[in-house]
Amino acid sequence: MRIEAEAAERHTLSVLVDNEPGILARIAGLFTARGYNIESLTVSEITADKAVSRITIVTSASPHVLEQVVAQLDRLVPVHRVTDLTAAGPHVERELALVKVAGVGEHRIEALRLGEVYRARVVDATTGSFVFEVTGGTDKIDKFVELMGELGLVEVARTGVVAIGRGREAA
Amino acid sequence: MTDKSGADILVEALADLGVEMVFGYPGGAVLPIYDALFRHNAQGGRIRHILVRHEQAATHAAEGYARATGKPGVVLVTSGPGATNAITGITDALMDSIPMVVVTGQVPTALIGTDAFQEADTVGITRHCTKHNYLVKTPDRLGEVIHEAFHIATSGRPGPVVVDIPKDVQVATGGYRRPGPVRHRTYRPALKPDRAGTEALADMLAAAERPVLYTGGGVINAGPAASQLLRELQRVTGAPVTSTLMGLGCFPASHDAWLGMLGMHGTYEANMAMHGADLIVAIGARFDDRVTGRLDAFSPDSRKVHIDIDRSSVNKNVRVDLAIIADAGYAMEDLLRVWKSRQHPRPDLADWWNRIAGWRALDCLAYPTSDAEIMPQAAVRALHRLTRDRAPIVTTEVGQHQMWAAQHIGFDQPNKWLTSGGLGTMGYGLPAAIGAQLGHPNALVIDVAGEASIQMNIQELATASQYRLPVKVFILNNEYMGMVRQWQELTYEGRYAESYSDSLPDFVKLAEAYGWKGIRIERPDELEAGIQAMIDHPGPVMVDCLVSKQVNCFPMIPSGAAHTDMILHVSEVSGVMDDHARALV
Repeated sequence: MRIEAEAAERHTLSVLVDNEPGILARIAGLFTARGYNIESLTVSEITADKAVSRITIVTSASPHVLEQVVAQLDRLVPVHRVTDLTAAGPHVERELALVKVAGVGEHRIEALRLGEVYRARVVDATTGSFVFEVTGGTDKIDKFVELMGELGLVEVARTGVVAIGRGREAA
Repeated sequence: MTDKSGADILVEALADLGVEMVFGYPGGAVLPIYDALFRHNAQGGRIRHILVRHEQAATHAAEGYARATGKPGVVLVTSGPGATNAITGITDALMDSIPMVVVTGQVPTALIGTDAFQEADTVGITRHCTKHNYLVKTPDRLGEVIHEAFHIATSGRPGPVVVDIPKDVQVATGGYRRPGPVRHRTYRPALKPDRAGTEALADMLAAAERPVLYTGGGVINAGPAASQLLRELQRVTGAPVTSTLMGLGCFPASHDAWLGMLGMHGTYEANMAMHGADLIVAIGARFDDRVTGRLDAFSPDSRKVHIDIDRSSVNKNVRVDLAIIADAGYAMEDLLRVWKSRQHPRPDLADWWNRIAGWRALDCLAYPTSDAEIMPQAAVRALHRLTRDRAPIVTTEVGQHQMWAAQHIGFDQPNKWLTSGGLGTMGYGLPAAIGAQLGHPNALVIDVAGEASIQMNIQELATASQYRLPVKVFILNNEYMGMVRQWQELTYEGRYAESYSDSLPDFVKLAEAYGWKGIRIERPDELEAGIQAMIDHPGPVMVDCLVSKQVNCFPMIPSGAAHTDMILHVSEVSGVMDDHARALV
């Protein structure tokens, strides 16, 4: 017998939650407990009184499982609202990455030139290294990191995806 | 508002919430609470504490109390092992939607995370086996949290809520004001159905030629009025009614329209009706794998409507055509209002009932009789026959005896049948019977047990003795973990790996050692007298009923099979299964 996997779609979910202790463990744990997958997860407070956090989750699942993911998240007591941004329509997704590159000579110049092409900002520099700050969609950052791989990439820190719906309405 | 200790705030909040019964076990991290409870009762308070012999039993007793009375069950245990021992019962309550609030002691705030004596990460461990949980870090929050915990445990789809209270929070002082009705910021379960859904369901029911009402524990959780509404719904639509294991009693088993339980060990007529239906109305049931059998063959020609208070139950296992997110009672009430306002005539279902009569004629629950040994089914039927006038509360353990009880005991009222359905917890029945008896002191409460399951919480015999509870334990003793052995016969050519109940105690002597009456029934001609002696004895009784050792529980839909592939008799068992079937639970 072989265990077969279902075809999956990549969806971005926005989850508004009460900012209470353990909420992140509750959300992340629900995914492991029910066998759902998390590709990216970001969380931050978004109101002045720090009472509400927005969690952005990128997950891959079959449409049937996605419906369950949304319903199960919505069932958690501290969850205000769950929006499947991918299903809801046009939305903007961004990631921020800090990319450290070390090198001298041609490699250093080429890294700086590519940084400009990708609109990356240099946020730290030594005579032998740069730290670039680059934002954009996941694909753009993947590509930038890949290019830096040939030019002395040392390490990368990425935020994971944050996303918001287009237009004037809240999700 | 004068300041009180956290322990006093907890006890006062429990009293304000009308809590009459707490099931628990003391320990270091809950001593302040036990002292507060002691003082509360010394000053005329009426919160009765029931001392169990193991924390798992506290949770099952609370479940039994909750299921039999409709009130939330309350548990109080200490930190570390007290909390971890309670996990099985908490999970059981989650799976079966039982309202329960579990208060756990915790090491003092400053010691959390230091691997202190009897420390366990209770909120971490219980995060996924509770509906919600709390770690309370200040006594000022405690009263509010307790009221919120009860609100969450009892509203919407009921479930267990854990409140973990560090010992310093129990001792430190804070304010408590009795809050008004809880309005939670985020948690607002939908109770009332939407009009459009109800109208659509009425249309579907009026047009259906082969409808089935597939009911479950949600009807019982919706309160006794919901069971009355179900009867009325059946009356006006003429539809046959089946129910899950958890729903038994929500529709009277003595009614002509009752098909019996459905699913793996359900009746032939219930499963064939589900298979042949053109409309299935699920009311407070969740299309569990034990009910559906093979999913791609489940009720292929029907439209499906799902009434459930929990949106995540909808489309989880089976795609439905119409979902109504509501309390089962409100949903049926609105449906009946729409149906009656339209003056729908009762649909003519004569052809459908004729087909059902054909399936019923098979008499799927028939079993071979014997004069030499007691057939377990005969024992359960005798128990039902001799007790039905008392409308007993029946609890069970888990296994063959549980299924025989579900098949052969007819329940005419809700809240009379207490069993571990979702989690399938052996050891549930005795503590649940204790909880039920405390909720209904004058009721006849019987735990139908197996000789293996009963040993999983056998220590609770002492609890019943201590509180003079006249619970009855009726053991169908076949010297096997019968359901395990049955599956080994079905799947592994009868290789009995560890399913023999070796070194059994003498249950009669064991009962007597705990101050119970013990009765042994060995032969068919002793059966009725033995059961009668059990009923007539005013105190607790344990009956060791020696039954035929090799009998299996049929009908049965083997794992991975469709409703139409029921095994009705032992002669149809092949003894082997393919890997896909073997891999299913």
